Amino acid sequence: MANAHTGAFEQPSSFAFDSESEAEIAMLIARYPAGKQASAVIPLLYVVQRQMKRQTDSAWVPVKGMDAIAERLGMAPIRVYEVATFYFMFNMKPIGKYHLQLCTTTPCWLRGSDDVVAACRKETGIQGWGETSADGMFTMTEVECVGACVNAPILQVDDDFYEDMDAEKVAQLLGALRRGERPPKGSMSGRQNSAAEGGPTTLTTLQFAPEA
Amino acid sequence: MLQDKDRIFTNLYGIHDPLLKGARARGDWDNTKSILERGRDAIIQEMKDSGLRGRGGAGFPTGLKWSFMPKQSDRPCYLVVNADESEPGTCKDRDILRHDPHKLVEGCLIAGFAMGACAAYIYVRGEFFNEGRMLQAAVDEAYAAGLIGKNACGSGYDFNVFVHRGAGAYICGEETALIESLEGKKGMPRMKPPFPAGVGLYGCPSTVNNVESIAVAPTILRRGAAWFTSIGRPNNAGPKLFCISGHVNKPCNVEEELGIPMRELIEKHAGGVRGGWDNLLAVIPGGASVPMIPKSICDDIPMDFDSLRGVRSGLGTAAVIVMDKSTDLIKAIARLSKFYMHESCGQCTPCREGTGWMWRTMTRMVEGRAEAAEIDTLEQVTKQIEGHTICALGDAAAWPIQGLIRHFRPMMEERIAAYKSRNVPRMAAE
Repeated sequence: MANAHTGAFEQPSSFAFDSESEAEIAMLIARYPAGKQASAVIPLLYVVQRQMKRQTDSAWVPVKGMDAIAERLGMAPIRVYEVATFYFMFNMKPIGKYHLQLCTTTPCWLRGSDDVVAACRKETGIQGWGETSADGMFTMTEVECVGACVNAPILQVDDDFYEDMDAEKVAQLLGALRRGERPPKGSMSGRQNSAAEGGPTTLTTLQFAPEA
Repeated sequence: MLQDKDRIFTNLYGIHDPLLKGARARGDWDNTKSILERGRDAIIQEMKDSGLRGRGGAGFPTGLKWSFMPKQSDRPCYLVVNADESEPGTCKDRDILRHDPHKLVEGCLIAGFAMGACAAYIYVRGEFFNEGRMLQAAVDEAYAAGLIGKNACGSGYDFNVFVHRGAGAYICGEETALIESLEGKKGMPRMKPPFPAGVGLYGCPSTVNNVESIAVAPTILRRGAAWFTSIGRPNNAGPKLFCISGHVNKPCNVEEELGIPMRELIEKHAGGVRGGWDNLLAVIPGGASVPMIPKSICDDIPMDFDSLRGVRSGLGTAAVIVMDKSTDLIKAIARLSKFYMHESCGQCTPCREGTGWMWRTMTRMVEGRAEAAEIDTLEQVTKQIEGHTICALGDAAAWPIQGLIRHFRPMMEERIAAYKSRNVPRMAAE
């Protein structure tokens, strides 16, 4: 765990894929033609990040994990490092139990992402981006457009989008997470996904054959 | 207005079962074999006749793009589907992936067959974890039902579909950056030529298409090019998914006819502009990259490729970002400048340095901490970046600022004057 105040952290001295990771790796590498296994580098970085989450409750990618990927895929380690740092979804240092990813790009900003950011700060005590709360529960990251703009503003927790957020819903959501609950993802206003509030304006007259 | 019977994405809102049983009930995978039996040339001709223009932003004719693939190739050919939907304002492909994934999988088979591809790789943006899982479930079902894989749909054609997850980089929506990323590298765009149809994924002939372009193909082939062209306007055919976000009463995704007036689109489906139509200030009509247009143009503009190009904007991804009179437009555009700075891959100097410069200058413009003449300098710099980079990210970063200056220069000048009046130089004050 990173020290919340200094940001200092330790790299583990070794990394070995566990059996769950091995099963995933076998499936992932099979998707690419023989000799093109380097294509699996991003999928394998996720494998490492998920394994770290299982083992340490913090989803991040240590250097030894990248080295293990390089060895597995027959790549120079630097090629794995440069991919891991080029893309934004790999955490190069330990994070909190829950990763709060706040979209602040214009469509979310127009719908009040500033309030969502302020509420997250207030609830977690985190001041700056990329920091982890003192209790190790939350890390706050500013992200660019996550692609759910008609349900803005979005608060992404780990892999799940919580949509149509406001300050009050942030307090409820983070409270639930602290209690170990995981509220259902999606629109927090209760609307039908990307349909207009109050019900869709289209697709109301169609009859389909029975689905059973 | 488009009628429900002419809508392609009949499970847009996820009300029904997105998986195979539900998809079949909605008409997907209905005798796909007979479509393949028409042959490669007939399928491509039908797509050309439909006038379908690519739904990823550029609007290039889809059938024509497919025809660029070699008729004979000693190397494998690939279809690559761009599901790296990241253009701010855009969230239409997300609904296809999570609610109508079989339209995409079936489209992959048909498009892949038409271009002689052995496999499709669907590159899903990393943030769409749950959407990617739904798509993978649909792919697994399709394999199990013999719809793809060996002897797909009993056609005698072997075709594989693979889902690949990206990791959060807007630039990977650019087709050659996407290919680089899929090969396991940093997503840095390649020079063109050679075009992907000659040298693409793994150095093999490849075609990169947007999710929506591929997902509408089966319906076009079932209902015919004439049906498709009967919807929309000349050279702007068909239904289209629109994303309406920002200052409207009810933001939503909706499938409508190309050429629908913007005002009708917003008022009929998104509950109108917050505070009424007269409270409208400006709209970004096609995702963050296209220049904004002021209310005076919005009043009667049809939403299609050619009409919006005619007012020096664009349909882009059909992501309509609405801004009412309470909006600080300069700040809205400055935030987009920050986005492009963050997402520049750093390969080309004008973009790497220019996006940062533009953001810093825009930040001062938000405060008004600038000279009026700097608006001209800013505009000139955007022109220096535009067209001088390998890919279109440089253009995309330049256009929103150009749109702001074109339509709202007086607002920027007022901001500067107000700052000056608040901060009278000490010399003058003494």
